[in-house]
Amino acid sequence: MESQAFQKIYTKLTNITKATVSLKATGVGYDEMATVHGRLGQVVKIMGDQVVLQVFSGTEGIPTDAEVIFMGRPPQLRVSDQLSGRFFNAYGDPIDGGPQVEGEVRDIGSPSVNPVRRKQPSQLIATGIAGIDLNNSLVSGQKIPFFADPDQPYNQVMASVALRAKADKIILGGMGLTNDDYLFFKHVFENAGALDRIVSFVNTTDNPPVERLLVPDMALTAAEYFAVDKNESVLVLLTDMTLFADALSIVSNRMDQIPSKDSMPGSLYSDLARIYEKAVQFPSGGSITIIAVTTLSGGDITHAIPDNTGYITEGQLFLRRDTEIGKVIVDPFRSLSRLKQLVIGKQTREDHPQVMNAAVRLYADAANARTKLENGFDLTDYDERTLEFAKAYSERLLAIDVNVDTDTMLNISWELFSKHFNKAEVGVKQEFTEKYWVQ
Amino acid sequence: MERKNKTTGKVAGIVANLVIVEVNGPVAQNEICFIVHNDERLMAEVIKVVGVNAYVQVFESTRGLRVGSAVEFQGHMLEVTLGPGILSRNYDGLQNDLDKMEGVFLKRGEYTDPLNRDVKWTFKPLAKAGDSVTAGSWLGEVMENSIPHKIMVPFKMDGRYKVKSVVAEGDYIVDDTIAVVTDEDGTEYPLTMVQKWPVKMAVRSYKEKPRPFKLLETGVRCIDTLNPITEGGTGFIPGPFGTGKTVLQHAISKQAEADIVIIAACGERANEVVEVFTEFPELDDPRTGRKLIERTTIIANTSNMPVAAREASVYTAMSLAEYYRSMGLKVLLMADSTSRWAQALREMSNRLEELPGPDAFPMDLSAVISNFYSRAGFVYLPNGATGSITFIGTVSPAGGNLKEPVTESTRKAARCFYGLSQARADSKRYPAIDPIDSYSKYLEYPEVQENLTKNVGEEWLGNVLKAKDILFRGKEAMEQINILGDDSVPISFHDRYWKSELIDFVILQQDAFDKIDASTSMKRQQYMLSSVLDVADSEFKFHNFEEVSGFFKEVINLYKQMNYSEFESEQFTKHEASLQELLKKRMN
Ligand SMILES: Nc1ncnc2c1ncn2[C@@H]1O[C@H](COP(=O)(O)OP(=O)(O)O)[C@@H](O)[C@H]1O
Ligand SMILES: [Mg+2]
Repeated sequence: MESQAFQKIYTKLTNITKATVSLKATGVGYDEMATVHGRLGQVVKIMGDQVVLQVFSGTEGIPTDAEVIFMGRPPQLRVSDQLSGRFFNAYGDPIDGGPQVEGEVRDIGSPSVNPVRRKQPSQLIATGIAGIDLNNSLVSGQKIPFFADPDQPYNQVMASVALRAKADKIILGGMGLTNDDYLFFKHVFENAGALDRIVSFVNTTDNPPVERLLVPDMALTAAEYFAVDKNESVLVLLTDMTLFADALSIVSNRMDQIPSKDSMPGSLYSDLARIYEKAVQFPSGGSITIIAVTTLSGGDITHAIPDNTGYITEGQLFLRRDTEIGKVIVDPFRSLSRLKQLVIGKQTREDHPQVMNAAVRLYADAANARTKLENGFDLTDYDERTLEFAKAYSERLLAIDVNVDTDTMLNISWELFSKHFNKAEVGVKQEFTEKYWVQ
Repeated sequence: MERKNKTTGKVAGIVANLVIVEVNGPVAQNEICFIVHNDERLMAEVIKVVGVNAYVQVFESTRGLRVGSAVEFQGHMLEVTLGPGILSRNYDGLQNDLDKMEGVFLKRGEYTDPLNRDVKWTFKPLAKAGDSVTAGSWLGEVMENSIPHKIMVPFKMDGRYKVKSVVAEGDYIVDDTIAVVTDEDGTEYPLTMVQKWPVKMAVRSYKEKPRPFKLLETGVRCIDTLNPITEGGTGFIPGPFGTGKTVLQHAISKQAEADIVIIAACGERANEVVEVFTEFPELDDPRTGRKLIERTTIIANTSNMPVAAREASVYTAMSLAEYYRSMGLKVLLMADSTSRWAQALREMSNRLEELPGPDAFPMDLSAVISNFYSRAGFVYLPNGATGSITFIGTVSPAGGNLKEPVTESTRKAARCFYGLSQARADSKRYPAIDPIDSYSKYLEYPEVQENLTKNVGEEWLGNVLKAKDILFRGKEAMEQINILGDDSVPISFHDRYWKSELIDFVILQQDAFDKIDASTSMKRQQYMLSSVLDVADSEFKFHNFEEVSGFFKEVINLYKQMNYSEFESEQFTKHEASLQELLKKRMN
């Protein structure tokens, strides 16, 4: 960290806890950064001349006569085109052996976009995955997480979505990434020849968890540089936001705050919203799209982390293993893209909305039939047909390894409708049945 | 709260957006102050006083703020500015005009004027010299978009006054004096078109607040038909995320029979507000043919905007609604989501280290919510005119569990309950309002029943109750079928179940994104309900239970084609004819 002229140095700590140190100091600004015994910290409370600093990497071994240097500034990142292709840690320092980035210094965690200056997102992002493009179309400027159990291949799916999305820049914010996953991303981006349009901020499982708290803001400060200054379309990948939220709860517990549900801080909603709401379509053409990962424990989406996330993001993509076909699918029930109606039937074929809903409804009927079966009841002819339909639908459309264009997805849907049902059972507008029903 | 000398103070402590200020004079609870930080002035509100320390919640980020910074107290609470030019505006939670702010990003400490001071309005006097007036009396009117906007005696003026003079009809700016009134002592008060009002106080310049009795049409069938809301009524929409709270509120704000619509986007997504900004200027108000935006004001305090201002935003919205109600207008107020406001209260209460209630919400949450809902209502103004605020809030229950404090507190305050069901949303049965659990207390009001019978039809109430009964019995039948199996129950169970499905698919489910289906007039709702009930009353011939579902699916399909067609159009009649034919073939 660069030294600055107005540094004040203190050497007498009055209190030390697991995560924080306190000292007497004056002229200190709220949120200001400092080094404590060579480690980075940030001001979290000021009472008169008592200042409390949160030390990101923990306070182990810090003595009461540790040197504290206030930096007179909040956390910052240097931004320029030199960011491209580089890997950084949570503080924005290079971890790829390359030089420091030269460029303009920006505070991270900058103010929000004025809502009246936003443009309505309108550009479809095609991924080839039907579970996404057919049922939950993505739009640039959207924010959406994958909800997945820790053993599901969410990072792989996210990487392929990122590479197919045709973004000008991809910014990876890795929080609590295993070293293997970190290398996986590096490898996939390298193989795709995409490294020069990728910027990564990575906190791995080897790094102290509290450092993760800086990662989303670092990634989004870089994203805003490319989206605002360069009018680029930027895709930000945040994985795993559950580990980010865990770090929030560590800090708030250590600071003796009253926890609310699932021992998360009461401010969890606002803390997550501040990050996700950085997704935006600017009128000048630049955009920030956020695709995140929220790992679940035991598929429980009522836990405070996925629950608050779902209330903030514009939908969620729920990954689930379909035992029937032995593959991971994008679950059509719990998944949702809230922005899909801005593009489906407009940038895609006119029958898209109705086909999508009809297929999901029939798939729901199959789920009911399956329950009947499990309860030992006879199935009706219709039940049998829904089950056959569901299997084919899952295999040919919902599985995450599907890669076709949207028209093909719609054609496959019609083919399945026509094969398994009559028109009344499908129940879409007559004008579409007349046009697309496969005789 | 007027004071001669302004109290000042110095920042003594900072924890996130809670700042402790050492004061050198009197301060009031909820008084507004400004913290001077370099060249920025950060607005804050007093929320607690302990000795010389005032605890203030700052409506901005406190980044960089230092101990010792100067603080200036304002001698008043958080206020809205009321006058012509509020409609079609986009405000933040503190009523700053967002369009007047420069740059793409919000700048800390930038506050903008809610009104345009140099626009000229054509003022027409309604009062004359010698008239006796009180707070809220109409002095004159200007046309705001197409709405007659009354210029009133300020709500803050207690007691009786005599009008000394009113200006002649002509063009004036809002700050021109348009009337002079005198009190009993003869003191003169010059009045302009602008007044201010503290948002946390209810405007009470009405004569009487009777129970609501008139239906407020929303065009949403499962509200209007099944659980109607009234002019001046209150309702709430709880539901897990993604079940359709916002889509439903937007549909109501587009279609409802209101003169004025105020939308408070309280701690939710910015893109949802952008949708309103983008669509409302294009959409027609079905009743006036003018653009929807002309009757709409948006208060946008989205989830990434300062938390303290989020709490203020619902009060700001309510105060604007009260202002327009006092003009004798029908106001519809929407808040999405009231849970975010409750969470803002919780964040602050925790920072103040208050004793927490259930789920760490403040102890007085229930009282705060009831108090807010009680500001809605239908009123008779002193001059005999009527006005109303219909309030519908969404609730975002944590984990989708309706037994949490915000939902439970709201249930006590609101008269209509539109509970969204995850299962219905999952199977795309939109709007996902649960037909069994949801209710409208208004249906039990004799005055509402009388009104419905008079305006919708003699048979209407009976039909509504019958539809509810069929839905209920259908659910029971379905449960039996699920327990016993398809062929172990009499065919009549299937018949009963599918008759409830018929009502579900044809009346309850409604495609908010289809031009025609999105909004249904009362006349059409009445027609469709009695048509569907005719089918439900009929006895059909079935040989086995599989025939039942097959038949009703065809019936539903034809009804759906009718729902997608313009009412009484050729297409509509054509589908109806096919339907009659189909029915006839099955009749006993
Ligand atoms: N009436 C409806 N018709 C069709 N789709 C709907 C309807 N209501 C909700 N939806 C779908 O559900 C999604 C979520 O709705 P939304 O109102 O944003 O949920 P919530 O506010 O409860 O989180 C919408 O984006 C839309 O796809
Ligand atoms: Mg919503």
